Amino acid sequence: MTTAVGPLSETAGEPDVPRALRSRPSVADQVYARITTGAGVTVLAIMLVIGGFLSARALEAIVAAGWSFFTTAAWQPEGGEFGIAAILTGTVLIGLTAIVIAVPLAFGTALYISEYAPTRIRRFLINLVDLMAAVPSVVYGLWGFFLLQPQLLVVGPQGEGIPRWLATWMSWIPLFQVQAGGVPVDPRDPATTGTVFTSSIFIAGVVVALMVAPITCSIMRESFSQAPLSEREGAYALGATRWGMIRSVVLPFGAGGMIGGTMLGLGRALGETIAVYMVISIAFDVKIRILENGGSSVSALIALRFGEASEFGTSALMAAGLALFLLTLVVNFGASAVIARSRSGAVSDA
Amino acid sequence: MSATTLEPPRAVPAPILPEAAEEPRRRLHGVRREAVLAVAGAGAAALALSYLLYFVLLPWTGILGFTVVTWMLFVLLYGLLVSFDSPRTHVTDRIAAVVAHSLAFAMLLALVVVVAFCIRRGASALRHLNFFTSDLATTGPLQPLTSGGVLHAMLGTFVMITIALLLTVPIGLVAALYLSESRSGFARFVRTIVEAMTALPSVIAGLFVYALIITLQDLAGVGEKSGLAAAVALSVMMLPIVIRAADVVLRLVPGNLKEAAAALGAPRWRVVAHVVVPTSRSGLMTAIILGTARGIGETSPVLLTAGYATAVNLDATSGPMVSLPLATFILTRSPEPTQIARGFGAAAVLLILVLLLFALARVLGGRGPGELSPRQQRRAAARSREDLARFDGHAARAAASSSLAVPGTRARSQPLRPRRSRRTSS
Repeated sequence: MTTAVGPLSETAGEPDVPRALRSRPSVADQVYARITTGAGVTVLAIMLVIGGFLSARALEAIVAAGWSFFTTAAWQPEGGEFGIAAILTGTVLIGLTAIVIAVPLAFGTALYISEYAPTRIRRFLINLVDLMAAVPSVVYGLWGFFLLQPQLLVVGPQGEGIPRWLATWMSWIPLFQVQAGGVPVDPRDPATTGTVFTSSIFIAGVVVALMVAPITCSIMRESFSQAPLSEREGAYALGATRWGMIRSVVLPFGAGGMIGGTMLGLGRALGETIAVYMVISIAFDVKIRILENGGSSVSALIALRFGEASEFGTSALMAAGLALFLLTLVVNFGASAVIARSRSGAVSDA
Repeated sequence: MSATTLEPPRAVPAPILPEAAEEPRRRLHGVRREAVLAVAGAGAAALALSYLLYFVLLPWTGILGFTVVTWMLFVLLYGLLVSFDSPRTHVTDRIAAVVAHSLAFAMLLALVVVVAFCIRRGASALRHLNFFTSDLATTGPLQPLTSGGVLHAMLGTFVMITIALLLTVPIGLVAALYLSESRSGFARFVRTIVEAMTALPSVIAGLFVYALIITLQDLAGVGEKSGLAAAVALSVMMLPIVIRAADVVLRLVPGNLKEAAAALGAPRWRVVAHVVVPTSRSGLMTAIILGTARGIGETSPVLLTAGYATAVNLDATSGPMVSLPLATFILTRSPEPTQIARGFGAAAVLLILVLLLFALARVLGGRGPGELSPRQQRRAAARSREDLARFDGHAARAAASSSLAVPGTRARSQPLRPRRSRRTSS
């Protein structure tokens, strides 16, 4: 390049003055910029309108209820007595049950796909997990209500299955106690029927677990597969077994993805509506006994009560919805912060 | 799984003489006999033990519990068997492998069971052709499956998702372009808000539209439960999903491609139209299709906004309309077995629809930018073979002419004219 410039600059003889590099976008570019910015503004406006409308309507109910909104268990907005103490507890318990079941499943599957599966079927397995995430929630609900509950978890008139087993042997943990009508139930008593174990928070949690496991799994798998090859080979070269390599290279690299995937799964589990609605029978008491009949969740409550609600009742439902939204928002932002910090090169700009 | 377990390093024999007898090659692949025996032995022992526990010793019952107990015993016994002839690190390695394999198996089995259960229960309804060609307007819950069907729900799903896509796709894709191309603080703010809205539970999107309908009714006397309302609720739910998925795909377009286009003097809209969008086309299609699959399967926004109809209604602006998931939900809540069968049939149709959409997404896309499908690879290879033949032809002609022409003018007299300037990665 210098050889080409050389003779020219000699002939010019004057010192070079920096050229002004102001570029004026063409008309087409200006139109393009206007359109894209317009779309961005429209999206923002839509989202803010939704958020504003929800908050404004919800505030009506919250102001009317005062602090008791956070401590009341019952839900009778028309009578002025309503609160999210019971439904939010139920929502969180369903979410936690789901996560406790989903995370080991998702972790094992992610590890299998990224580390153990033959390369030939890896792509197929990834597709299968993604497909599992796309199966409609009403299908999971059907499965939970017609197969899981009557044939796997609460079988027969006696309700044989894991819930009864847990209630029998583990009832010293408050989580696994079972009451009916405020009276503790003795699961060893043959007269105890299976109905006390149906439609529980636990069963809803199992159904939701299957729904959130795929999303958790695919985030974990992605972060596992980003562990650098050189360090994997380094571990093998030092004589590590495969598990040794996974423990010393893959898991430290995937830690952020594991936490983030878990939280994202929790966010999904908290907002799940129709599958929970199909399985659980709504009951408004603050409790942590996940095995007994009855429980509640914010989204199932909204789906159940929206039709019969007055205008104020709708506001109250919106207040509950807003509380749920804030909860999932915090969980999701936490998740994406953790994932973003663990991942380098999210933007592939050179 | 055990084949790849690393053997303890062996002492390497000192300098191998070329004439020494050839060492038998060690087998590095395949499964060792001991590994198979350990798995089989542990499996048989675990089955026998849990049979003993369940049917002879303890009053436990239940197929799920039996499976769990057998599996736990299997892991224990397998570890014990391996520990007889391997060091501890190998035992941990084998147990970890077994646990990972069985967890993956359990999850995939769950998927297969969910899908198969739904389709098997729905098969009794799907067998009748009238299930696809008629609605439930004149069919009561007690009438057999030979009358009535879910045509109204299929058409309702189609109308709703079409409107939702018309609302979502243009604005979603352009907004995603804005987010990925703009570096301003405002774009970052919009992205944060969009990310926040992906956390919005779908039932709340439904509740928002429901409250909006009622407010509109009070204010203007218009607005009722309709397919349009449901489509708006679905759009509210799908828009952040589509934007986010498309934004991720657009950001994967290599920066050097965009810079190359800009360096060639392309204005920004041309960079986007000729480089960014074509490069990420398959990913954008996938984003749209996966958003569609989510939207089609959503029940709760439709439950709150569309009402429930038993007859075909193609007018989205008035009258209740029903979608496949909502029909499934309502029908299976009935105590009548025929209604439940119809509900399962609707669910099976929905599931098959989602499967088809998903397969379509995978056929069209699912590849990173620049990654080619086998067919595209063959085409690109054929093109470069053509080019090679052309270059060889030029070179041969040039060589023939150079013996006659003045040396040094060869390069100019035979320009290599590219016949096509199309990108290879389309």
